[in-house]
Order: sequence, then structure tokens, then C-alpha cells
Amino acid sequence: MKEKNIDVVETKYFSFGKEDKLVLESGDTLGPITLAYETYGELNEKKDNAILILHAFSGNAHAAGFHSGDKKPGWWNEIIGSNKAFNTNKYFVICSNVLGGCGGSTGPSEIDPKTNKPYGLSFPMITITDMVNAQKKLIDHLGIEKLLSVAGGSMGGMQVLQWVASYPEMLRSAIPIATALKHSPQQIAFDEVARQAIMADSNWQKGNYYDKAHPEQGLALARMIGHITYMSNSSMEKKFSRKLKEKNYSFSLDIDFEVEGYLKYRGTSFVNRFDANSYLYITKAMDYFDLSEGKLFPNGQAATARFLVIAFQSDWLYPPYQSIEIARQLKMRHADVTYCEIASSFGHDAFLLEIEEQSRLIKHFIDTTHKRI
Amino acid sequence: MPENTRLDHRIICNLIEPESKVVDLGCGNGDLLQLLVEEKKVLAQGIELNEKQIYKCVEKGVSVFHGNIESGLVGYPDKSFDYAILNQSMQETKNVGFVIKEALRVGKKVIVGFPNFVHLKARISVFLRGKVPVTQSLPYRWYDTPNLHFLSITDFDDFCKENSIKILAKHFIGKNKKIFFLPNIFALNGIYLIARDTDSK
Repeated sequence: MKEKNIDVVETKYFSFGKEDKLVLESGDTLGPITLAYETYGELNEKKDNAILILHAFSGNAHAAGFHSGDKKPGWWNEIIGSNKAFNTNKYFVICSNVLGGCGGSTGPSEIDPKTNKPYGLSFPMITITDMVNAQKKLIDHLGIEKLLSVAGGSMGGMQVLQWVASYPEMLRSAIPIATALKHSPQQIAFDEVARQAIMADSNWQKGNYYDKAHPEQGLALARMIGHITYMSNSSMEKKFSRKLKEKNYSFSLDIDFEVEGYLKYRGTSFVNRFDANSYLYITKAMDYFDLSEGKLFPNGQAATARFLVIAFQSDWLYPPYQSIEIARQLKMRHADVTYCEIASSFGHDAFLLEIEEQSRLIKHFIDTTHKRI
Repeated sequence: MPENTRLDHRIICNLIEPESKVVDLGCGNGDLLQLLVEEKKVLAQGIELNEKQIYKCVEKGVSVFHGNIESGLVGYPDKSFDYAILNQSMQETKNVGFVIKEALRVGKKVIVGFPNFVHLKARISVFLRGKVPVTQSLPYRWYDTPNLHFLSITDFDDFCKENSIKILAKHFIGKNKKIFFLPNIFALNGIYLIARDTDSK
């Protein structure tokens, strides 16, 4: 059947915790909290067709369709829509911006009602658990008792796993993609280098820059480092090789190679859409995340949800061995688990690029899950 | 069972109790597991190395782990399944002893289906033609076979005896029919239901 894009969508906002503040994993409390979210498709009468999509580190609530006047669709548009993997003819798809983010949800760049100024570093440290606890409030608000599925790649996958650990009774299935039960020292190291790049920018001002020049250089540098880790050696070779911007070497420190230009472009365009403090807070949340050693099932319960675990061969940031470990933890709990390592050369970016293979897996997995209700 | 069901799949299906938990090691496109789900309402899990086959399994609603049999079984607690199936996959694994041991660990019972290398046709090919046999159950040539081990029905009987493996049932198949007479000569394939001998004591 023919695939169709979602038409124009609008981001919605849900606020809670004005009196009843959210207790964070750190012990701090936070409230009121707003979550930006979008929905696609219709919730059915039985309310058994809802799928929660969880975004990656720099993502936002705008997963599919077009914002009025925009030419670029949401970040997972290829996979969400009529007759697509997450088929909006049948299913009700929800995506919310994470707590601590800068896409409309409460985060360090938003106004603290107590001071009427942006939170900056007075924003409490948040974790993946806190993000999921906030999403749970949204799902309750939408009147959904049990989700047909939770799905996401990279940090989105961590939230999927946290949903499994925190609210297993609310899930029929889970799709963690290109993710891990915990960051390895290598992943923490890349995050820390990026954080140091931001904090070393003199404009950062201990996070207090909102009415001044922003730490754009530091943030751009952090993003450049990130982009290197999202690609693979072979995808960079294919994309750039040693191609030059001009005919000859400039014999200067200017940009010579296409790869340099690409990274610079990626870095500078990122500063227009992302907040440096959110970068610090969210990377820290990923580094704190750890559901290894049985913590995926904290009460020792059997796994009741079905699982589709996906990894990509050339992903060296979240290598397949980390997904295999997720599958191993699930097997130990007698879970119904499908694991697929997709042969891709795109590195970590593959979860946004390998649409055909992922769609085949996701579409049938979701349909099977729905049929078995 | 559908009319066109493969004979080995029919036999395996008849060996399995309804509503049991089954793991198929080297499940291919998931046909056998799908049959078992439909006919016996089993809880099915596959393990398969070939990525293309993974998609076919998922399309059939069969849960499958992408990996080789040796690594695919790691993590499953003892007796996770009522049956572990090794149909036409045992002879393709590197370390058969380890695979059988692992299958007998995760499965209460194990079903092994394997080609008989000393079928009459194969014997003729070796003795009279002086050529490595190519038969219905061994369709590959010497340079493109995935088979790493070549065994006979008698060899597998001996293997079970030497490794304290209890044989609960054996079935032999020729070309589209069951074989009851001199299986080591006339059977193209053997299908064994086995268990650890210690379980009976």
C-alpha cells in the first residue's frame, strides 16, 4: 500500500507538577514541568494502539510531518506515517521532547517561575529515569493505560529500556535501537570532551549566557566531535574521501578538505537549534544511565513485553555487542526477543538512515504485537 | 497440517507437545516455527545467522535472534525451553559437541535432524564412481558445501552412547517417505529426539 506523509502538524504542550512536583532521581524536586509533544494518527476506542517514540540526544518532539511553512519534515518522517513502519492509519503515535531538552520542554534554557529568568545551572541535574517519569505523566494525561510499543534509537533507546525497568506493566512491546544498557568509558569520554569544549568557551559564563553572546564556538565544536562519532570510517570515505573544497591545497589553516567543511557546517547550524546547557545536562544524563547487571528488571520479574532489539554493524559508538548484551539480559528473563544486526556502513547514524530494513522489522513486529492483544 | 508441509517438518511437529516452548537453532526463514505455532500453539524462538532470513522470520511473526548457534544460546538459563531443535544445522556448526551440550542444557529435549552421509546412493558414488556424493539430502558439491561434519545414522547412535545421551525416538526419511528398514543404508535423513541421560535417573 502506498506510503503517505503526515500533513501539517503542531507541537502541543502538557504541563504538570505545579503543586505536586516531580521528585528527581537526585532527590531534588522540579515543577512545574512542561513537555512539548506531537501526536500522529488517532487513539482508538480501546486505547490499545498507542506507540511512544523516544528521541535521540539532539532530537525533539517533531518526529514526523511538517510544521506550517517548513520544507523539512520531522526527524523520523520516513518511518512514521500512513502505511509506513509506524502506520498512522492503524496506530496512534506520540513523541515528546525530553525533560532537560530545548525543544519546548522544561530545561535549563526555559524560564524558572521563581526568578523569571532562565534556569541556567540552577536547573537540577536530570537522568534518563526522570525523563521517563515525566513522559509517564504525559501518557497518563492522554488516558493510555498500556502502550502498544515504546521505540527509539540511541538515547531514545535508553529511554525505551528505562520504560521497561520503571513501568513494565504499561508495555506490550519495546524497540530499543542502536543503544546500550550503560555508557562505556569510551562513550563517557566523548561526552566529556564535548562538555569541556562548551565549558571552555569564554561565553559560557557558567551557564549564565542567555541575555548575552552564547557559547557558540564551544557548542559547535562539541557537535563536530559528535558527528565524527556518528559516522563510520567507511561512510566518511564514501562521503568525503580526501576531496578538496577548491582545486588545490590552500597551504594555510583555512578549510581545505570537504570533511572539514562538512563538520564546520554541522557545528554552526547546530548552534541555531540547540542550547549549550541542554547539551551538558543531557549528555550527563546519558552517562549516568546504567541498567546493566540485572537492573533492567529491578524486581526480578519475568519480562512480559515483546522486544525488537536492533543494532548496526558499523556503529562503533553504540557497537552491536551492547545490543547483544541487552538481548542477553532479556533471554535471562525468558523474554520474547528478536535481535537483528543490520549490515550498514553508516555507523551510528544508520538508525536515521537505514529506513528500509528497519521498516520491515518494525512494521511486522508491531502488527504481530497488535494482533496478539 | 497443510498438504505441502515438508516431511521432516511433519515429523518434528508430531514430536512436539502442544503449547510447549521451542527454540529452533538455525531456524532459516522461520517456516518450521511458524508451523509449530499454528499447529501446536508453541511459544517460538529462533536463532539464525543470515540477516535476510531474519526479515522473513519477523514477517511471519516469529521471534528470532540474529547470531550463530554457539553465541545465540549464551544467556538462556538451563531448561529455558521444552524443545531445542537442530534441524539440518548441527552438521554446519564448528563445535558439534558444544552445540549439542548447549542444546541439551537450554532444552529439556532436543530434536536433531541430519543428513545420512552413507545412504546407498552416496556409497555407490564413492565406491563405483569414485566421487564425493551429491544426494537429495547432501545437495552440495565439495567446494560449496556448508557442511563441516559428515556423519551416518550409526555414527550418531554411537555419539549418543559415548556422550550419555538418551535417545527417546528416531525417525528416518527417504525420498518423500519414511524408512523403516536398514536406515543406515536407505535413509537420507535421520530425526532424533534426545535428552540428557541424567534426567532419567
